[in-house]
Amino acid sequence: MAHAHSVKHHKGLMDWLTTVDHKKIAILYLVAGGLFFGIGGIEAMLIRIQLWKPLNNFVSAQTFNELITMHGTTMIFLGVMPIIFALMNAVLPLQLGARDVAFPFLNALGFWTFFFGGLLLNLSWIMGGAPDAGWTAYTPLASKAFSPTHGVDFYTIGIQIAGLGTLIGGINFLATVITMRAPGMSFMRMPMFTWASFITSAIILFAFPAITVGLVLLSFDRLLGANFFEVAAGGNPILWQHIFWIFGHPEVYILILPAFGIISDVIPTFARKRLFGYSSMVFATILIAFLGFMVWAHHMFTIGMGPVANALFSISTMLIAVPTGIKIFNWLFTMWGGQIRFTTANLFASAFVPTFVMGGVTGVMLASAPADYQFHDTYFVVAHFHYVIVGGLVLGLFSGLFYWWPKMFGRLLNETLGKWTFWTFVIGFQLTFFIQHFLGLMGMQRRIFTYLPNQDFDTMNLVSTIGALLMAVGVIIFFVNIVITMSKPKGVANDPWEDGRTLEWTIPSPPPEYNFKQIPLVRGLDAYWKEKQAGNTEMTPSEPVGSIHMPSASILPFVMSVGLFIAGLGFMFSRDEFSNSFLAGIFNNYVVVIIGLLITFICMLLRSVFDDHGWHIEPEELEEEGVKA
Amino acid sequence: MSSAHVDHTHGTLPHEPEKATHEGRNKILGFWLFLGGESVLFGTLFATFLALRNQTNEGPTAHELFNMGMTAAATFILLTSSLTSVFAIQAMHRHKLKQLVAWLGITVVLGLGFLGLEIYEFAEYVHKEHFGMTTSAFSSSFYTLVGFHGAHVLFGILWISLLIAQLFKKGLTVVTAPKIYVSAIYWHFIDVVWVFIFTVVYLLGKVG
Ligand code: HEM
Ligand SMILES: [Cu+2]
Repeated sequence: MAHAHSVKHHKGLMDWLTTVDHKKIAILYLVAGGLFFGIGGIEAMLIRIQLWKPLNNFVSAQTFNELITMHGTTMIFLGVMPIIFALMNAVLPLQLGARDVAFPFLNALGFWTFFFGGLLLNLSWIMGGAPDAGWTAYTPLASKAFSPTHGVDFYTIGIQIAGLGTLIGGINFLATVITMRAPGMSFMRMPMFTWASFITSAIILFAFPAITVGLVLLSFDRLLGANFFEVAAGGNPILWQHIFWIFGHPEVYILILPAFGIISDVIPTFARKRLFGYSSMVFATILIAFLGFMVWAHHMFTIGMGPVANALFSISTMLIAVPTGIKIFNWLFTMWGGQIRFTTANLFASAFVPTFVMGGVTGVMLASAPADYQFHDTYFVVAHFHYVIVGGLVLGLFSGLFYWWPKMFGRLLNETLGKWTFWTFVIGFQLTFFIQHFLGLMGMQRRIFTYLPNQDFDTMNLVSTIGALLMAVGVIIFFVNIVITMSKPKGVANDPWEDGRTLEWTIPSPPPEYNFKQIPLVRGLDAYWKEKQAGNTEMTPSEPVGSIHMPSASILPFVMSVGLFIAGLGFMFSRDEFSNSFLAGIFNNYVVVIIGLLITFICMLLRSVFDDHGWHIEPEELEEEGVKA
Repeated sequence: MSSAHVDHTHGTLPHEPEKATHEGRNKILGFWLFLGGESVLFGTLFATFLALRNQTNEGPTAHELFNMGMTAAATFILLTSSLTSVFAIQAMHRHKLKQLVAWLGITVVLGLGFLGLEIYEFAEYVHKEHFGMTTSAFSSSFYTLVGFHGAHVLFGILWISLLIAQLFKKGLTVVTAPKIYVSAIYWHFIDVVWVFIFTVVYLLGKVG
């Protein structure tokens, strides 16, 4: 090959800060997402402890508001989305038969911006109070007049920076699927998880810029004195609701489609049958994504949009039940007549189906505009969205983590502990949230920090809290499982479930840096299964063994994100009064903002000026590794 | 990332050097996707502006403020710069480095002219008309929409200038060509956005 470059191989911490390898970035996403999921979970427990009995004073009303806001925001943006991205990074290139993603550098940048955005948001706890206007940050509650601390600024700026990372990730996965498929891997041969990730990325691309603008407007109102949502100066608070939900509803499909994808890969593997109705699955996924952009105002039935708008949004929402129903039946028909093995991964996948159906049914109930006047802002809504988010997405994520853990880490999670996690978590989940439907119907409002006794709320809230603690037990067992598993040596086979159907199971666990020594030739849907049926033990390669080109590691993504983090903090405090004249000088004159932005832009400049030639792994090295393995 | 890519870095350039390598094609695709997101971004800003454009809070209205002569000049300058960036790409396809650099240079100068007019316009509004960010919902949405576009122009100017410098150092290669190409797409995109701003903000403001 033309250029032989000296390669810097970083070790230890530096390796993690500079890596552009999608498999390592996946682990970074998993660790950071798991950390934030833990924080969000602790917040949930504190909320439930406050609510376990009437007139409890475990936390103050203000703290309670901060807890629910941070719980919702953290869980969605910093907990489950990064874990989704972890699985996408770990699995999608492998399922495509690719050596990496289309833009490895951007991949790292996406992770680090997400991470520093999340860090900024969570710093609010120790820097003057967390945001307290709900994860929806409705104005005027979120405006300067009613949220005078910096809490909501941490929300707008933190989510802004984290959202940038998500957007970058979305573009990267779109390009990866479009250009990096192995020979023979046509679109209609892609595994369902890859399809779901592809469509999810498209939703991210078209939904996230809307919230970007929304957050800009809100931070301009709060920090520069603009009037977008200030009624007195001609602004319009309803505008915020529209912008938020134009992003917000597609966001829930960003969350659930990957779970659909995971389930669609896990169920056929353990039923030892091909997925029933593959093309209808693909079609339903696309249709859901498309319809998902036309329903946002079902969150706003009660603000007085009028009967015509309400009716239209009602109908469009109910329409989504059709493609979703197609999927449910496809999963059931896949299991039907299969030789099902109930591994932990498959238990979670199977439990997903009925719970998600329940969440879907309450969704259709909420979509009926007249009835929503009754349900709106009650615990019925809380029950509904936890059925789809926890009963749907989180069960799906557990399923995916148990399923792909051996591929990511080379070790199988312990099945006994896994089943303990499953039963405690699922029973705990039903205890926590089933009863909240009735609390809601009986009139308990959402986001209240306490309630009066003798309204028949008491026992149900107690049950709900007990359920929540049981879920926490399940998560803790999962954590113990991880610790035990990771202390064991690596050494699982390429295809530890023995019934793997897709390309990720054809290569070692964990895969080598370059994934595929030779890019495989794909000869049908469920490429690996097809070869197995033909009596082959491995894929037919599509190329001779040759030198492999790899991208170089780089610290720039990390530094760029630090720059944004500094600029964000600077912007937030730019109008504050400081007793220290030095601080006043650098903050009030935007010096901090400028320094932060300069750091970021200089990194961009360096990236542009110094070409990344990458490096090569030569065939001899491949052979050596082959011998070692 | 293909292991058997043909190395064009040295030697003869193909007709469309920007699409010669896998990395180059990826970059162009990724950039188109990015512009899809940018469209939603500006779409949301336009929607906000349309919702608030009559909320003048007893401050200046669009009709009182806008000076169509200057805006028309700015529009003319920016549209011309799109044309010059097309010439730049054509020069690139003919592998004429000097012409390429010259046309890019003219594009940057025109961009600077546009930006100068915009800054002048904003300064006029703020100082003479007492029309600032905080005046009204109309003013907030005006400055945010037009300002976002202006920031994009500024970024484009800096970016293209940087690319000109790289052309001097590295010449036209399969590595620099995709960069030039996507910067040209970007430049056209902000030009199109301006056409919408001219219509929705300025023309509509004058007549409606
Ligand atoms: C571990 C189990 C969980 C428990 C016990 C739990 C509990 C709660 C509770 C009690 C509330 C407050 C309801 C209110 O007063 O309005 C809440 C709100 C919320 N939760 Fe959870 N939750 C859990 C997991 C999750 C997960 C995994 C997600 C998202 C991925 C999530 C998303 C939300 C959202 C978006 C809100 C609304 C916050 C707001 O009102 O602004 N929750 N949760
Ligand atoms: Cu919705």
